[in-house]
Amino acid sequence: MYEGAIQDLIDELGRLPGVGPKSAQRIAFHILSAEQADVTRLATALRRVKEQVRFCRICFNVAEADECRICRDARRTDEVLCVVEEPKDVVAIERTGEFRGRYHVLGGAINPLEGVGPDNLRIRELMTRLSGGAVKELILATDPNTEGEATATYLALLVKPMGIAVTRLASGLPVGGDLEYADEITLGRAFEGRRALDV
Amino acid sequence: MYVRQVELVDFRSYPQVSVTLDPGPSVFVGPNGQGKTNLMEALGYLATLGSHRVSSDAPLVRAGAERAVVRAVVVNDGRELLVELELVPGKANRARLNRSPVPRAREILGALRTVLFAPEDLALVRGDPAERRRYLDELLVARYPRYAGVRADYERVLKQRNALLRTSYLARRAGGRRKVDSGDPAVAADLRTLDVWDSHLARHGADLVAGRLELVAGLVPHLEKAYDAVSQGKGRARAAYKSTVDGDGSGELTPDRDVLTARLSAALAKARPSEVERGTTLHGPHRDELLLTLGDLPVRGYASHGECWSFALALRLASFELLRAAGAEPVLILDDVFAELDAGRRERLADLVAGADQVLVTCAVAADVPEALQGGRFDVAAGEVRRVV
Repeated sequence: MYEGAIQDLIDELGRLPGVGPKSAQRIAFHILSAEQADVTRLATALRRVKEQVRFCRICFNVAEADECRICRDARRTDEVLCVVEEPKDVVAIERTGEFRGRYHVLGGAINPLEGVGPDNLRIRELMTRLSGGAVKELILATDPNTEGEATATYLALLVKPMGIAVTRLASGLPVGGDLEYADEITLGRAFEGRRALDV
Repeated sequence: MYVRQVELVDFRSYPQVSVTLDPGPSVFVGPNGQGKTNLMEALGYLATLGSHRVSSDAPLVRAGAERAVVRAVVVNDGRELLVELELVPGKANRARLNRSPVPRAREILGALRTVLFAPEDLALVRGDPAERRRYLDELLVARYPRYAGVRADYERVLKQRNALLRTSYLARRAGGRRKVDSGDPAVAADLRTLDVWDSHLARHGADLVAGRLELVAGLVPHLEKAYDAVSQGKGRARAAYKSTVDGDGSGELTPDRDVLTARLSAALAKARPSEVERGTTLHGPHRDELLLTLGDLPVRGYASHGECWSFALALRLASFELLRAAGAEPVLILDDVFAELDAGRRERLADLVAGADQVLVTCAVAADVPEALQGGRFDVAAGEVRRVV
C-alpha cells in the first residue's frame, strides 16, 4: 500500500478492463514521473470524453454532434442497414471500406445472464427506422457467439413480416490462411456453411 | 501409440522428474501417497486437458510454484512428437508441439490419446446420470473433436435460457401470480426471447444428441464383448441412450438432426408452463441418461459390487476398442484398479489389455499385478521414480 494520491490512482487504474494490480502500479508511477503537460493532456482527454461525446440520435454510434459522421454523409445509401452490437464494430466494418450503407448500434446483445433483454437494447429505435420504408436490406452483423446469434435470430423474426431482406454475415475460415491450421471447430462450422461454387 | 518419455516440473508432488518408458506394460509400485497417481494424472491431463481427479488446475501445481510443466515424447506409427503443456492456474494453458508454440492449448488434443481406468470409475455405473453423460461426451470429443464446440455452444445457450426462465418466473411471481399468457408486457417480452433460445437450444441439443446416439451405436457391440470377456460370459451387458428430447421418452430415436430438432422443439413447447414455473430447462441432452442393463435388469440398484466393477471395466475397454478401431491406439492407464478386483477379474483384465501398444499400471503391492502385465518395473517413493527392471 502506498500513501494518499498515488494509491488512489493505482486503485482507479486497477478498475479498468485488462489492467491488473501490477500494470496499474506501473502506469501510476509512469504518470508520476511524466511531464506536467503530458499529464494535463491525458486528464483533459478523460474529462472531455465524458463531457462531449454523445450518441448519434439516429444510429446510436458515438458522435460529437447530434448526428454522427456516417449518418450525415449524403453519399451513403439508405437502402442497406447494418446492425452491430457496439460502436467499435462500426469502426471494424468501416476499415474494410466495402460497406456504403448506414449503421444501427444496438448497445449490446441479448444476454439473460447479465440481465440484458430486448428492452435494454436499441431495438424499438431500429423498428422505427425500418418502418420508414427506405431500407431494402438489413444486415445482421452481431458477434458470432451464443448471445450475438440469439440477438440476430430475434431481430430476424421481428423484421421478417415487414418484407425487408435479412442477411447474416458469413462465418468460417480466415482468408489467406492454410486449411490445416484452422482449428476443428472453425473448420466444422465452415463445412456447415459451405456454398455452391458458381463457375 | 506409446509414451517414450515423460517429464514433470512442479506438477503435484514432483519438483522435477523424468521417466523413460518402453512400449508394452510398465508397472509403477510404491506405498500410498508417493506420487504414482500424480504421474498418471499428468499423462491424462496432456491427453484430455483435464484431470480425472479435480476440476480446477490449482491443485496440480506444486505448492509454492507458479506454474507446472508436463512434457512427453509420444511415438505414433514410428514418428516421434514432443508435446509440452504449461499450466498456470487462473490463466490459459500454453502448449507446444515439437518446440513450436500452438495458438490454443486444445490443438494438442489427439497428439496423445489415453484411456484411463481408475477406482473412481465405479461411479460410472453407480453414480448419477451426469457421470455417464460425461463419459459419453469425453469419448465423443476424443472421437470427433467438432463436438467440443457443439457441447460448449449447448451449455452456453442452456445457461442463458435458464437465466431467462428464472427472471420470467420471478417477474411473474412479483406481479402476484400472473398467468404466463396474461398479456403483461414484461412477461410477453421475456417469452418472445424465450422462443429464440428454444430454437437455438433445439438445434445445438439435437446435434449433441445425434452425436451421442451415433457413438452409443458404435460402442454397444464393443461393450457386450468386453463385459462377456471380463465376467466370463455371466450375463449380457447393454447400453441404451434414453433421451428427454422425446417428451415421454418412449419413441425410438434415430440420429437425424432435423427430426431431433423438431422433437426437442415440440417437447420444449409442451413443457413451457412447467419450465416457467420451475425456472429451469427440463428437456435436452443435459437431462438424458445412458441406461446400463445386465440381462433384463438395470445395473444401477440391481447389480452386485463385482458386477458393477466388471461393467465399469467393460465401459473403459469399449472406449479403448472404439478409439483403436478409429485410428491411433490409445495408451492404457490402469491406476490403482487391481487392488479393487478379485483374482479372476484381475487375470482376465490383464489378458485383455496385455496386447496393447502400451499399458501403464500403478499399484501399492506388486503381487496384485498379474503375470501377463509384468514388464518394466518402477519404484515410486517420495517423489522419485526409479527403474528396477
